[in-house]
Amino acid sequence: MSASPAVEGWFTTGPEPTLLGSRCTTCTTVYFPPVRGEPAGFCRHPACDGGEFETTELSRRGTVWSYTDAQYQPPPPYVARTEPYRPFALAAVELPEGITVLGQVADGYGVRDLRVGAEVELVVEPLDEQLLVWRWKPVTELGEEADQ
Amino acid sequence: MSASHDIAVLGVGMHPWGKWGRPFTEYGVIAARAALDDAGIDWRDVDLVVGGETVRNGYAGYVAGATFAQALGWNGARVATSYAACATGAQALDTARARILAGLAEVALVVGADTTPKGFLAPNAGERWDDPDWLRFRLLGMTNPAYFALYARRRMDLYGATPEDFAQVKVKNARHGLANPNARYRKEVTVEDVLGSAVVSDPLHLLDICATSDGAAAVVVSSTEYARKIGLDRLVRVNAVSTVTPTFPNTVLDMPNISTDSRQGHRPERTFKESIAHAAYEEAGIGPVDVGLAEVYDLSTALELDWMEDLGLCERGQAESLLRAGETTLGGRIPVNPSGGLACFGEAVPAQALAQVCEVTWQLRGHATGRQVEDARVGITANQGLFGHGSAVVLST
Repeated sequence: MSASPAVEGWFTTGPEPTLLGSRCTTCTTVYFPPVRGEPAGFCRHPACDGGEFETTELSRRGTVWSYTDAQYQPPPPYVARTEPYRPFALAAVELPEGITVLGQVADGYGVRDLRVGAEVELVVEPLDEQLLVWRWKPVTELGEEADQ
Repeated sequence: MSASHDIAVLGVGMHPWGKWGRPFTEYGVIAARAALDDAGIDWRDVDLVVGGETVRNGYAGYVAGATFAQALGWNGARVATSYAACATGAQALDTARARILAGLAEVALVVGADTTPKGFLAPNAGERWDDPDWLRFRLLGMTNPAYFALYARRRMDLYGATPEDFAQVKVKNARHGLANPNARYRKEVTVEDVLGSAVVSDPLHLLDICATSDGAAAVVVSSTEYARKIGLDRLVRVNAVSTVTPTFPNTVLDMPNISTDSRQGHRPERTFKESIAHAAYEEAGIGPVDVGLAEVYDLSTALELDWMEDLGLCERGQAESLLRAGETTLGGRIPVNPSGGLACFGEAVPAQALAQVCEVTWQLRGHATGRQVEDARVGITANQGLFGHGSAVVLST
């Protein structure tokens, strides 16, 4: 059985995955997560009564708004991936679309690999054996890796 | 200061914060009786009861206003119940104020009380793939302290704040709360204690983050005419209650959201938290320079620093300078959290905004024994409830 996105319609998979937003066809405001009920729904811009949306791929790269980690196992419905629990990092990332999106940080990276304003890229990794989730991966410039 | 929409605080009362394991109704009744006693008002003279809802205590909690009214003894008063997460108390107070100012109530009792579980606050059981509050745990493992940590980290990377600064907020608040009989934690804390406690979410340590507590707070309010009629002269007045929602686009990541609105190429004039304070100042007809003390929601130590700037007590990025100069401690220019704040109380959600009002009232009356801000004339409270609830109250004497 192959893994599938944890929430259908929130992101694409494959070598260059993207988050999927909803663009209001009336005022062009973009939303993530996608507007429920897309292609129909309600635009949340107070000056817009638009009710139709189209799916739009969001930029794959953004800058870190802030970051942290979870050194204690979060309570349910979080499901730990390892026994014993292994901490993971989290980042809020500002996309060129003007939306800040939270995500876990890609496997193998922690708070030491991040700073406010740094560039990160979207990847898709396993949430568990069945489900996939989006994550933010620090962008390492060519040559930088060798220096570390 | 415009007086046309002021109401009077006749009495305030609290049940001490702690982990008592008793029903929330019991705390609420004790706080209510303390407030009535403080006001010198007979319960049978109260014609409006507003309860702050608690969502963790079954049906009695959902209908808290009626639950308290019945426990105090049905007296035929009008009833309302408010829920606005951490802003519940402010919304309940605002409901009482509206009926009083409309001439539809004379004396109102506003009560919030909670009995809380241990550990991280987590969503109710069940699978809800369309509930963002459930999804942030299921998909991301994003706890409340992790949000506080994001805000704290920004202060470090943008303004040069240090973990020692955050620890100093705890040290200050612990000292403020030492003599507060309603505080749960009354013990000196050192910077080393904070930095030596476990890191929960980098950069925040266990002692940077507030606990969840049981507790209750109650306020008795009336029209200013009624207060004068019963012979009160040096009134504490409620000048403003700000219960604003955000203005689109809300571009700062808010708990429990996974994302923000799109900023659409421009920065909004004010962030949501700035707009909460702005509305309170506008309504009261004052500015930050008039404020003598502030009770703010220090869910984390670093968040107190954010609130100082949101309230306009200093420029963005300057809160650490004020802290380091001792300006926010008792005896400083603008004491912040003279009660000891959430650092000494822990959070009892539906009671907390009312507890802030109780503290400012005691301060303005000069009754804050052991933690009194000298010559306090105007105080402001601030907090923010999940899902877009502002909460700020301006009181003066």
